[in-house]
Amino acid sequence: MSKVINIQPVTRIEGHSKVAITLDDAGNVVDTKVHVQNLRGFEKFCEGRPVEEMPRTVCHICGICPWAHHLASSKATDGCFGVTPPPTAVKLRRLMQNIAYVSDKILHFYFLAAPDFVIGPDADYSVRNVVGILQAAPDIAKKVVHMRHLGAQMLEGFAGRAIHPTFSVPGGVSRPLPEAERQKMLPSAKELLEFAKFSIKFAKENVFPKYMETIKSLGVIKVGYLGTVRDDGALEFYDGKLRMMKPDGSLEDFTYDQYLDNIGEWVAPWSYQKFPYAKKWGKLNLSLENPVGVYRTNCLARINVADKMATPLAQAELEEFRAAFGRPAHYTLLYHYARLIELLQAAETAVELLNDPEITGTNVRVPVTAKAGRGVGCVEAPRGTLIHDYECDNDGLITKVNLIVGTTHNNAAINLSVNQAAKESIKAGKYDQGILNRVEMAIRSYDP
Amino acid sequence: MAVNVVEDWLNACSGCEISILNIGDPLVDLLPQLNFVHITALVDHKFLGQLGEGTTMDVPDAVVGIVSGGVRTEEQKHELQEIRKKAKFLISLGSCACFGGVPAQANMWKNEEVFEKVFRQSPSTEPSPNPEDPNVPKWTPTCAAVDEVVKVDISIPGCPPHPDWIAEAITGLLQGKTSWSLPERSVCDTCPVIREKKSGGGPVKRWLQNYEFKPEEGLDKFRCINEQGYLCMGPVTLAGCAGKTGQPRCIVARTPCRGCFGPIRKGAQPLVDMMNALTSVGLDPKSILDRRAIMNRYIGGHGNLKVLPVRPSK
Repeated sequence: MSKVINIQPVTRIEGHSKVAITLDDAGNVVDTKVHVQNLRGFEKFCEGRPVEEMPRTVCHICGICPWAHHLASSKATDGCFGVTPPPTAVKLRRLMQNIAYVSDKILHFYFLAAPDFVIGPDADYSVRNVVGILQAAPDIAKKVVHMRHLGAQMLEGFAGRAIHPTFSVPGGVSRPLPEAERQKMLPSAKELLEFAKFSIKFAKENVFPKYMETIKSLGVIKVGYLGTVRDDGALEFYDGKLRMMKPDGSLEDFTYDQYLDNIGEWVAPWSYQKFPYAKKWGKLNLSLENPVGVYRTNCLARINVADKMATPLAQAELEEFRAAFGRPAHYTLLYHYARLIELLQAAETAVELLNDPEITGTNVRVPVTAKAGRGVGCVEAPRGTLIHDYECDNDGLITKVNLIVGTTHNNAAINLSVNQAAKESIKAGKYDQGILNRVEMAIRSYDP
Repeated sequence: MAVNVVEDWLNACSGCEISILNIGDPLVDLLPQLNFVHITALVDHKFLGQLGEGTTMDVPDAVVGIVSGGVRTEEQKHELQEIRKKAKFLISLGSCACFGGVPAQANMWKNEEVFEKVFRQSPSTEPSPNPEDPNVPKWTPTCAAVDEVVKVDISIPGCPPHPDWIAEAITGLLQGKTSWSLPERSVCDTCPVIREKKSGGGPVKRWLQNYEFKPEEGLDKFRCINEQGYLCMGPVTLAGCAGKTGQPRCIVARTPCRGCFGPIRKGAQPLVDMMNALTSVGLDPKSILDRRAIMNRYIGGHGNLKVLPVRPSK
């Protein structure tokens, strides 16, 4: 008799989801679904709000990456009011974003993902977690807690809040960086950079080699990618052009306001999360053998679409990565590797910006005037491209909001990876908790 | 001995859980005292069994239950009721759990209007029927605070709550202190800015330019935002965002308070009190655009935000 395995909730991710795996009479996988079970409705309840209140409202979409939403929103509000923030303001926005990136990536690699690799994918769930890590590798765990705290303190000391910031505003940012504050932040940024260097070395020596077979088999799919690059093709988090890569590696660049020509969203009856797809590639098809329209975002996607990294240490790592896995690299678990290359770029960029003489400039905001307009603001959140599209009326009150955010882009790909992982690991009705955890490991790669 | 704890997020953003991790170095000593029998963010315990064969939600027994997020779906409501049954003490963590939070602004619309927008009025989305599946839980009539559904023992407000208070409340509970709350003070009571009890008068200005201050100077040289003629909700907001040693978070950024710690005391009416506070410094509070939503941004549960009858157009 056919049966359904329900993994509920999916754990060590953020948000509410459930995986349902349907087995046939012979115990083989016939269907899988990842059900996203919550919906908040930001697109509706932002209607009527003053434009200047948006960046500090929509950051609440995500408590792990509030800075990304805060900045995408700020850029959309710049667009609504038709202003360009002064260069120092842009540098301060980028500084905050890169510091927040460092904390985010450390959190995911060590606390959410590492239990599967350090404690082991098949270990009992009661030890396969952060407390287990504390016992197995206390020195590293303490260091991780300390580093995350350091990042939060850097954000809070200057911008008041690490979570749900208020610092970025239409036309720029709310305060310049005092020299004394810069001098306080610089050594901390260097400490984060040292830890970033340690992290990628640690992973390359102790984690990836041990799991190479798993990397080559678990959750593997061949689909396209979306990310942001600068004009020179370097990987960029804050501003640039959007770039889509087909599964075969061919590229197409487009500007933020062309997103509607390139991305459509399908609604499945079985999930609150929509399924964005690459519109120009044909009708969305979620078949594992011949997927159409499916693309991925987040670090592996960015690393694939970028011609190069923007900083020297990260670039050296990318070259080593590409020598081993090519471009595009399709193995899903390589998200973990790509995440650490980006960690390095974020830490390098933070140090670089703090050494930039313009960072303490005092011209940080262009005053804005309420008027009707539209703005499409994009940044790269840790989990993928954020698209915030706002329209407002003559009073500067929001009339329309459309959002396509980080993990939503990965919805189709996550469903495919789960399907592949389940088919690969569950055969003839044989499975245990370790095997089901491997299915979740495919999801966790995407850090949803 | 470690105490069993069950933690979960409901209609939440995970910021509260990140705030737990932001406790910093003391977390290393605190974590081993807590035995998380369920925490979706960090531990792989499953409500439907580790082999996914269960048919009903099985919440483990615990001494402490911690819930972040408000209640948005029937399944979240059911889970919350189960956690209440199984946990001796229940903590509402964060302003969504305490008051409904930012997502409770959806209470200004009928549920169907929100679904209409999300699934049929988005320019990138193929217009589609609402998702309808046993695995897609139905929305509750409103986005509610946790204490609208079950009894709560300790409320830790804030969006997010300050790590100092999370650590204090949990450590206290481990030592047998079964109640915890912040003193009834306003953000202004903890704010070091200069106040002269007057402003330039006139309409409340919109936050379209930065406030007046010298970049190198501290908050003790910064003039109160209300007295500069703008809206800051410090006067009607519970103090605590600064933690034990800091300064009010939004003011540090030279940005206004929007009330994320909720009202100073239960039953207070921040909207009314805020209008009075602005009047007292000579400003005309009626000039504030969208004041109902701004002043109830974090507290839209408990019936504070609801669908209003449609006004005849001008």
